[in-house]
Amino acid sequence: MSASVVDNTVSSGNSSVAIPTDISGQILDLDEDDELEVFSKDTSTTQTDGSSFNASMQTSPASMINQYKFEEEEEDADTKDIFVTVDNPESHVTAIETYITYRVETKTTRSEFDSSEFEVRRRYQDFLWLKGRLEEAHPTLIVHPLPEKFVMKGMVERFNEDFIETRRRALHKFLNKIAEHPIFSSSEDFKIFLTAGSGELTSHKKQGPGFLSRMGETVKAVAAAVRGVRNRPQEFTDMQEYAEAFSQKISSLDKVTQRIVREQKEYLEELKECGPTYALWSQSEQELAEPLKNVAGCVDNCCKETEEQVKHLNDHLIPVLHEYVLCADTLKMRDELDKAEDRLEWANNALKTDWTRWQKVMRTDLRSAFIDTAERNVSYYEKCLAVWESFLQSQRTDAEGNGNVDSS
Amino acid sequence: MADSGSEEIAVIGNTDLTPSESENNLKNTMVEKGTSLLKMMEISVAEAEKRTGKNAVNMQETYTVYLIETRPVDAASEGTNPVPDSLWRRYSEFELLRNYLLVTYPFSVVPPLPEKRAEFVWHKLSADNMDPDFVERRRVGLENFLLRVASHPDLSSDKIFYSFLTEENGWKETVFETGFQAKADSRLKALNATFRVKNPDKRFAEMKHYGDELQSVISQLLRVRARAADRLYGVYKVHGNYGRVFSEWSAIEKEMGDGLQSAGHHMDAYAASVDDILEEEEHYADQLKEYLFYADALRAVCRKHELTQYELEMAAQDLTSKKQQREELATGTIRTFSLKGMTSKLFGQETPEQREAKLKMLETQIEEGEELVKERNAECEEFVKSAWVDIERFKEQKDHDLREALISYAIMQISMCKKGIQVWNNAKECFSKM
Repeated sequence: MSASVVDNTVSSGNSSVAIPTDISGQILDLDEDDELEVFSKDTSTTQTDGSSFNASMQTSPASMINQYKFEEEEEDADTKDIFVTVDNPESHVTAIETYITYRVETKTTRSEFDSSEFEVRRRYQDFLWLKGRLEEAHPTLIVHPLPEKFVMKGMVERFNEDFIETRRRALHKFLNKIAEHPIFSSSEDFKIFLTAGSGELTSHKKQGPGFLSRMGETVKAVAAAVRGVRNRPQEFTDMQEYAEAFSQKISSLDKVTQRIVREQKEYLEELKECGPTYALWSQSEQELAEPLKNVAGCVDNCCKETEEQVKHLNDHLIPVLHEYVLCADTLKMRDELDKAEDRLEWANNALKTDWTRWQKVMRTDLRSAFIDTAERNVSYYEKCLAVWESFLQSQRTDAEGNGNVDSS
Repeated sequence: MADSGSEEIAVIGNTDLTPSESENNLKNTMVEKGTSLLKMMEISVAEAEKRTGKNAVNMQETYTVYLIETRPVDAASEGTNPVPDSLWRRYSEFELLRNYLLVTYPFSVVPPLPEKRAEFVWHKLSADNMDPDFVERRRVGLENFLLRVASHPDLSSDKIFYSFLTEENGWKETVFETGFQAKADSRLKALNATFRVKNPDKRFAEMKHYGDELQSVISQLLRVRARAADRLYGVYKVHGNYGRVFSEWSAIEKEMGDGLQSAGHHMDAYAASVDDILEEEEHYADQLKEYLFYADALRAVCRKHELTQYELEMAAQDLTSKKQQREELATGTIRTFSLKGMTSKLFGQETPEQREAKLKMLETQIEEGEELVKERNAECEEFVKSAWVDIERFKEQKDHDLREALISYAIMQISMCKKGIQVWNNAKECFSKM
């Protein structure tokens, strides 16, 4: 049986096909239309002939299973054959609205791409569209989240520099996650997103939901049909329980980190007044003037380091945690799917494989984010240490130079 | 720890100096000053205790007493360790001692007492006088006060001070017998009155100004520091939440579990480390506070000089006006307006006998006046000389002590950074195992 994990962006023009209550036959029919020889082909993703990535081809479920095999080499940077960057935000003003576009640059050696370099401009709406398409086409798989449409805190307006930069980074991560995903990266929608001119993209978007979403609907219909009849397998329940718990933990971490940033900023505000106070004092003194000025300088330096450390937390750890808060939300919403698993055996396998893959990616991402933060904190303390040690050094030299100015 | 040789090397070379060690350094400095008192005895405020009793208005009150221990120096070096002489004193008795010293040695910059009430507190620090941490810091401060007095060239040889250290009973009566209170009252009135000095001594005026500036800037520094300490406390403590969440999260993970769990422990350690860090910083704040209060003592000396100067000027002025009166009377000319002159014009001239009597009286007054001026002049000169000596001594002490304080502050910061590096390196290792 096949469900709509097939990357198929062609609509055959059939708008709505009535879905009978028992669609198993229909599904199998579709199967028969497939190129059955695909079963015997080696369908590892490193195909050199472009045939298996033909836009209108529907690969069979079994071959999809093979594609789902978690292959280490896919993740290896050496075999990475597509590089996507999102940068260069620009503001566009029309009569109706103002919006931001981002430059999306693609460099690839994949043969299904007509060229090796592409540059297009996309706006947030376009990313949303792409995500929607991928979710429709692969309802059982985990699509990486997009940054939020609106800013939750409500204090930053859309065109604020920091907001745009944060969004840009998140969009960049989003596309790269898609590019690294064994299934998503061969999506036709993805390819069009990366390569089409704006006119072409618009017309492509206009095409109806197509075969895929109907497949998605099919899955949901099956789900509805068997709801409550079957027992969930333990694995799926475990997964959903994990998703719930994970969501809680990652949200907590996000909140804790934000709180740390707030406290650090307030600490910084107070610390900023210390240096000038020492400097003020030095103006009333003679012998003490030099060490006091020195201390003032040290405190000011530590302020600078603190400022940079806070910035780093804000720019690196917080976005990653936030990403995974959104991921966790995605995970939690897959509750409907479990009912279908019995009927859609390979979908379950695909789901499991994707789940395993997601867990590995999550682990890598969070581990490196925390390591990065720890390293940055070490560096912060090392720099402050150096500042104060140089002060001590200067005082030591002074004492020796003056030949024990003080008593004794 | 080296207490022979320069204390500077001991402080700078060893960056792991603890507050108690740097305290010892200060004590050694004072001992090495070598007043005869300190050569004779060791002084310490060893303990603090709570007492309850009836106060002046017969009401129950709780107060703290401090144990002053004195020990002859020789005994310690002989290797025997006899029980020290000791007595209990409360804060108000220390205050009485200080007031006595202030009045009796007006030209000395009298060491200050630790603060009566906790000020410049940040939220975790208690403002309660009964709080054990406050009591402990006060104990240290009182000991410091005694050592400062004992190392002062003039104050150390005072008999009242000596009996404060050695005679538990009857000391109060002894102090009052000196009659210093009367002097204190009149001095206090005079000091609080506003008066203008015609020829202020420039040096003292500058010193007074410096005292004002020092007080202002140290207050500001203490305020800012307390606020920063408060914030820093928050930063560290929030990291404790990481510990909790990591621990909870590790329970639902398989491979990541161990790494997360141990990282969480390090986060807890990080959060806990701030308590020690801030306690050490409190010690630094106390050192600053001592000089905040010293600034006051300095200004008091300057004010007393002004008073002395003023009294001299008043006496001189009085003398001048009397001499003028004599001249007028002798020559019959009235140059200055006086009520007597007016009334005599109105009611008729004085008789020659009256004039003679007046002249004689004036002569006496002028003689007395000249004596007074001479006295006051000598007082002033004496005051200036002694005060300036002590001010110079104070300046040197201040420069030395504050420089040491800044150095110990740097050492504290270094220690804090080292701890931070250790914790985050440990955490990083745990994260790598995730």
